[in-house]
Amino acid sequence: MTLTADQPTSDTSTSGEAAVHVSGLWKIFGPKADAIMKSDDAQLSRKDLQEKTGHVVGIRDVSFDVAPGEVFVVMGLSGSGKSTLVRLLTRLIEPTAGVVKLYGEDITAMGDKALLDTRRRRVSMVFQHFGLLPHRKVIDNIAFGLEVRGEAKGGRRNRAQEMVDLVGLSGYENNFPDQLSGGMQQRVGLARALASDPDILMFDEPFSALDPLIRRDMQNEVIRLHHEVGKTMVFITHDLAEALKLGDRILIMRDGEIIQIGTPDEVVAAPADEYVRDFVSDVPKSHVLTLKWVMRAEQPGEVDASSPVLQAGQIVRDAARVVIDHHGPCRVVDGDKVVGVVDEEDILRVVVAEEGLQ
Amino acid sequence: MSTATVESPGPAGPASGPNRVDKEQQPYVEVQKPRRTGIKLLVLLAVWLVLYAVFKGKMTKALGLQDTNSLHQKLNDARDWVQLDGKDNWFFGGVLGAIGDALDAIVKFFQELISIPAFPRPVPEIGWLGVVAVLAWITYAVAGLRSTLLVTGTLLFFGVTDQWSNSMDLLIITMLSVVICILIGLPIGIWMARSKAASGVITPVLDVMQTFPPFCYLAPLALFFGIGPACAMVLTIIYALPPVVRITEHGIRSVSPTTIEAARSLGLTRQQMLRQVQLPMAKRTIVVGINQCTMAALSMATIAALVNGPGLGKVVVSALQTLNVGVASVSALCIVLMAIMLDRTTTAASERGQGRSNVGSASGMGVMLTGVVLERLPRWATEDAGRGQRLPRVTAAGRGFLLALLFVPAVVLVLLSRQQLNLATFPDVSETPVLKWISGPQLAKGINNFTDWLVSGVDTYTIWIKDHITMWFIDPLQSLLSDSPWWLMALVLLALAYVLGGWQPAAYTLACEVIIYFTGVWNDTMVTLSMTLIATVMTMLVAVVLGVAMGRGRKADLIIRPFLDAFQVIPPFVYLVPALALFGAGRFTAIVAAMAYSVPIATKLVADGIRGVSPTTVEAVRSTGSTRWQMISKVQLPMARESLVLATNQGLLYVLSMVVIGGMVGGGSLGYIVVSGFSQDQLFGKGLAAGVAIAALGVMLDRIARYAAARYGR
Repeated sequence: MTLTADQPTSDTSTSGEAAVHVSGLWKIFGPKADAIMKSDDAQLSRKDLQEKTGHVVGIRDVSFDVAPGEVFVVMGLSGSGKSTLVRLLTRLIEPTAGVVKLYGEDITAMGDKALLDTRRRRVSMVFQHFGLLPHRKVIDNIAFGLEVRGEAKGGRRNRAQEMVDLVGLSGYENNFPDQLSGGMQQRVGLARALASDPDILMFDEPFSALDPLIRRDMQNEVIRLHHEVGKTMVFITHDLAEALKLGDRILIMRDGEIIQIGTPDEVVAAPADEYVRDFVSDVPKSHVLTLKWVMRAEQPGEVDASSPVLQAGQIVRDAARVVIDHHGPCRVVDGDKVVGVVDEEDILRVVVAEEGLQ
Repeated sequence: MSTATVESPGPAGPASGPNRVDKEQQPYVEVQKPRRTGIKLLVLLAVWLVLYAVFKGKMTKALGLQDTNSLHQKLNDARDWVQLDGKDNWFFGGVLGAIGDALDAIVKFFQELISIPAFPRPVPEIGWLGVVAVLAWITYAVAGLRSTLLVTGTLLFFGVTDQWSNSMDLLIITMLSVVICILIGLPIGIWMARSKAASGVITPVLDVMQTFPPFCYLAPLALFFGIGPACAMVLTIIYALPPVVRITEHGIRSVSPTTIEAARSLGLTRQQMLRQVQLPMAKRTIVVGINQCTMAALSMATIAALVNGPGLGKVVVSALQTLNVGVASVSALCIVLMAIMLDRTTTAASERGQGRSNVGSASGMGVMLTGVVLERLPRWATEDAGRGQRLPRVTAAGRGFLLALLFVPAVVLVLLSRQQLNLATFPDVSETPVLKWISGPQLAKGINNFTDWLVSGVDTYTIWIKDHITMWFIDPLQSLLSDSPWWLMALVLLALAYVLGGWQPAAYTLACEVIIYFTGVWNDTMVTLSMTLIATVMTMLVAVVLGVAMGRGRKADLIIRPFLDAFQVIPPFVYLVPALALFGAGRFTAIVAAMAYSVPIATKLVADGIRGVSPTTVEAVRSTGSTRWQMISKVQLPMARESLVLATNQGLLYVLSMVVIGGMVGGGSLGYIVVSGFSQDQLFGKGLAAGVAIAALGVMLDRIARYAAARYGR
């Protein structure tokens, strides 16, 4: 296979290297993007640049790494550049400047052939509006990626059938997409993405077009699939709840720039600025924050060996029952070491503060 | 269905198992039977070929050009009766005669006004200078300065090329027809927009009017009105009326329901609603309809030369008959210029004084003419308007004053042109330096020399192409269709209609076959059909290549579209001239002209279909790493199937109408019979029958294509 011949290092690199490495990535939209990139105009704000040159900054100097197996969520309001960002990662949109590496391979320097090969084998995408082919049956939609890379009909049918079963569409293989509900169509999209057995899955607001109940369903499906197949996932959303639910880490964008990167509890507990604070203000904090964020320093004699022990990484809501039943300070440990204490009051402060807000 | 989405919301949820989606909505899914159309068609073809080999040349119903049957004789007798005794009949003499006389009188009045000597004067009432002045003034009033310059230049060109009188005649027929179309069509369109019943009754009538190739109106109208200006007018009005009616209805209907609701909540009566809300908001759309009407009228007024309608078309017809490309080209050039002039003027008028908000709905109108709602206005039309909007040079009051002021010199020039002979008839410029090169005869000679030179340079290629396509495609297919026994062809067409579209088109096909059988021109109809099929296939080959390029790339679109727009403005009659120059007389020439006429519309439809493929899908397919060819062949073309079918359908009808007209340049068969019917007395009945056969063939093809489109276009 050409894959191993072209990229001899890919197998060894998987463990050590970042699944996705992005550094200094820029995208300016407009005919003279390259010239502006080199000039000082690039430093102007989005609005000023547009007024001066008619060009729009899609992505401004973005750098981050995604670890293998991680679920990395990119979040922002519409127009923040998140959809552009995910397209830059596979060069569906050409970057203006910067480097993108997928498992060590420099996407930005690839020739057309290598790029096609990467898209065929290493990365798959799931789209907001599904992007299914209405003239093909479900099974042929799922097998499309395999067909494009030239696999024989029998092999790709088998593989596609496995995917049908994996996403729970058994019995619908021979329907056409428009005969299925939105949620089921997105399962087809998911199956198509999984069929080529990629290293990385990218989701561009995959569930925004779905009903709330089905959306919750599909989120659970993604979590389940992540458990089962363990792919690296880059997930775009504008829904904070979704980001907090799915993400190992969250990147928050505004106007094409990174505002904050952090774990869900970091983002909620320590917002980087007013924008993020505003964003997370409605989040039920007790559902996201861990004890680490609410504990206080231990005062001498406050706790003893009989006090309950709680993990610092435990979510406040889950720890609440224990703390409240105990009627006194509890020990918070990180590993073996006691790092602080929490009592009823600390817990209630989180819960009540929220009540006050609502 | 009732228990939709009762799911355990557990986070990881593997417990719910892979088949739990069954609890989500389960849409009812119809199981489709496989149709195996391809196999059926192959079987049909095989049977056909075997029977063809057995029966070749027998029972073909071939009828020599000069031969007639009893029906044709009866029609001749009917014609004689109408001409001799019809005057005393209340209908022919009373109603139709009165209409005909009125139309003749109106045309004559305007002709004497501007184009032919008004007895006892040796010249028209108003000379060329006066006409130019008045038309320029009117154009300035309705369409602005650019259009005025265009109109003035075009009119002067008519004079210089010695086509003044013919041009004015064509303009008279066209504009009078347009005025009458508006007077009739506007109220009907308004009525249809406000009454579902009226719309339900009239729409099918319009459909039929637009399905018939224009050629088949010629003979019956000639029977009713006799050949001459009146017949030309009626012909043109029938052909140009549907666009006005349709677009008026569409314009009024597409006034936003929110606006209507708001107006109703204010308590407007139906009358007030119409006058104060619907008509003003539909105004621009209606003007677009008038533009379409004008273009249709021009193309038909040209063809009306065949029934002795006055105008440039006559020159083209006689030049085509003597294969004089130069003379035909000069008139054709004048027709094209007139088309551009009318198109730009009416378009500019429709853009004037209106915001751009309506561009979307207006651009949907172009092809209402053909029953399709996909076409766009020429790009420059909307861009010009945009520019005009931003910099209004003159205020409304200032404009009014300016117009009033300019009216004075216009009147003075009119008066002058009545007095001075050299301002009344266009001066002969054949001795004037520079201008003499574009004076009529000189220009014709120049074009003849040029085409001779060009053709002698490329004729080895053009003749090679012509001969090979004729030998390998046209001759075999024509033989297959016209040398098969008539009953075999009838059965094959029936079977084809049934396989492609089901029993409904088969029923239409049967009815049309019966009609064609009794017209006595079965064999000629099959020849026409074979040419139509070949031209359609060639049209689609070109249209798919161009359309895919346009649909995929903005650049290709920007380059190709203006050519298509230009081709669509040119009246179809004119295509015959260059086709004749390049390929000489023959069936192939008719096919080329048919392609030139039908490729633009088919290409635009294909391009729209390709562009209509959802960008998400295209992106999703790109993200799977497909190559360009995979994208086109596996995704874009299959997904644009609906447009492809539609393009084929439209292309077919366009081709048919042009192939028939191509009878004039050696295409033979039906078209030639129709034309002969006007020139040879004893063939009148046969020409009329051929017109009916054309109509039947058109309806048959349209029905088969429509039902097939409905079935496979999904």
